[in-house]
Amino acid sequence: MISETSYNSATLEALREKARVIRVKALKEIACAQSGHPGGSLSCADILAALFFFKMRLNREDPHWEGRDLFVLSKGHGAPALYAVLSELGFVPEEDLCQLRQLGSNLQGHPDRNKTLGVDASTGSLGQGLSMAVGMALSLRLDRSDRRVYVVLGDGEMQEGQVWEALLKAGNSGLDNLTVIVDANGLQLDNRVEAINDLSPLRAKGDAFKWETQEIDGHDMESILKALEKCDQRNGKPHMIVARTVKGKGVSFMENQVKFHGKAPSSEQLEKALQELSADR
Amino acid sequence: MASTPLESLRDAYARTLISLGEEDPRLVVVDADLSSSTRTILFQERFPERFFNTGISEQNLMGMAAGLALCDRTVFASTFAVFATGRAWDQVRQSICYNQANVKIVATHGGITVGEDGATHQSNEDVALMRVLPNMRVIVPSDSRQTEEVIRTVHKERGPFYVRLSREEFPVIHESGYRFALGRYELLKEGRDTLVLATGKEVSEALTAARELEKIGKSVAVADCATVKPLDEEFLLSAASRYPRIVVAEEHQKAGGFASAVAEFLSERHPVQIGRIGLENVFGVSGKSSQLMAHYGLDSKGIYDYLQKFLG
Ligand SMILES: Cc1ncc(C[n+]2csc(CCOP(=O)(O)OP(=O)(O)O)c2C)c(N)n1
Ligand SMILES: [Mg+2]
Repeated sequence: MISETSYNSATLEALREKARVIRVKALKEIACAQSGHPGGSLSCADILAALFFFKMRLNREDPHWEGRDLFVLSKGHGAPALYAVLSELGFVPEEDLCQLRQLGSNLQGHPDRNKTLGVDASTGSLGQGLSMAVGMALSLRLDRSDRRVYVVLGDGEMQEGQVWEALLKAGNSGLDNLTVIVDANGLQLDNRVEAINDLSPLRAKGDAFKWETQEIDGHDMESILKALEKCDQRNGKPHMIVARTVKGKGVSFMENQVKFHGKAPSSEQLEKALQELSADR
Repeated sequence: MASTPLESLRDAYARTLISLGEEDPRLVVVDADLSSSTRTILFQERFPERFFNTGISEQNLMGMAAGLALCDRTVFASTFAVFATGRAWDQVRQSICYNQANVKIVATHGGITVGEDGATHQSNEDVALMRVLPNMRVIVPSDSRQTEEVIRTVHKERGPFYVRLSREEFPVIHESGYRFALGRYELLKEGRDTLVLATGKEVSEALTAARELEKIGKSVAVADCATVKPLDEEFLLSAASRYPRIVVAEEHQKAGGFASAVAEFLSERHPVQIGRIGLENVFGVSGKSSQLMAHYGLDSKGIYDYLQKFLG
């Protein structure tokens, strides 16, 4: 069971290393499949590392443990990063990773709770994850449980009206057991979010919807941990962390590139990417 | 069919859109952050002021399309089939169909051939969802040449249309200079033993299967039935009087789609036995498109095996 309440420099170092491993594994998965979404997998790696290896209560011996916190990857196309996490937790066998998106594989293109151990909600159609999370948070509150629900949203995804319906309801319901982290990488599929349908000022919108909001550098591990710890406050408001991130983070030629939203790296590109990610150490 | 060239239906769509855009200044295009995949981005590059990207908001996409059409514009609205028909179904029903708005929903990534993205992105219910809507007409083209013609036709005809295109490139089966007739089926191959009514990808797959079956003495006719709605009733009635058993093949759930439409009609007017090739009440899975086609018995081999059994 992982239930640290605070951190030191060794924790930070270990989490940064986890994030690096998540990036490496996610890219290898996508390269094996020659299909998948590298940009948005890389941008949420630090957030996932902090959630799964620091913040969330989980039981490595039992993925279905009743006391666990719940996680919804609302931007389901970030699946390769989630599968990397699940393999680090031992829920997904290492050798399955290269089966991503293959016929018969447990690792579907988008997370499938009926096929992959450790996935709490199936996602992939953008904009639906937060509503499911609000339902989960309401259910946990009915149970008077102290379990929590964490959601990762894409910024482009927030153009979906349903996201705002859910934000409105969660704010009005005072769901302080719910934390949303927005992977605000500024890009979507066609272009920059700002160029297509701007969302700024995002934090002010969250405030206006009665959420407790924070804005952080989504690649600075210490900021992520601090922000997540603040979300432990049960003050009658749901928690939103706007995490400023870089799409493709960690691989120079993928960073901020719309074209690496949904394009697999070639074998040369993979090699170069893995070099950069190991030089990071 | 190995030598038949493959061509993208999406590219044919974009090409035709641009050419229609030159002719018709009141044509506008809307998309929801998938313009690079649906290829409407090519229209945007040519006519930036007549293109609107709503962002990832399909319900808003269909509502805006209706509004543009209510101001006397011809609107093409594109996104993936699963989102166009599923996510935005009520907007399509109320804002587009009930208004009789002049909106042409041209959705790409229909069917199982979406491939690796898996069940969440594979649209195997879209034809069912669209064909039950009053005022909506539904077309599932079988190749790039037919797609061009279909896009020209729906531009000319007033009122709502749903056109389902694929992510895949399809074999070109129509001659150049081919003319599409709305609501008319095309007999592509004659046959004595049974007739396969096919849409989309299944047309070329069924043709291949039927040619192979000739080699073992089975004579199977194949028709391209691109217009799922309105049905070519005359064609279906004469087929039913000629063949006691008919097969419908589509890249869709067996329930609710073209096979259901044919069965509904013939059961009232001229009952015959109808065999269905399609998905049997299942979600798809991730995999390569060609593997999935084989896995679900939708490729020429699957159709061949089905027909062999069907004919006994
Ligand atoms: C409802 C819906 N519409 C469209 C898509 C296709 N799609 C997949 S990813 C994506 C862009 C997502 O952008 P964003 O949410 O910012 O994610 P990230 O930048 O983290 O990849 C789109 C449009 C989808 N999966 N679901
Ligand atoms: Mg983004």
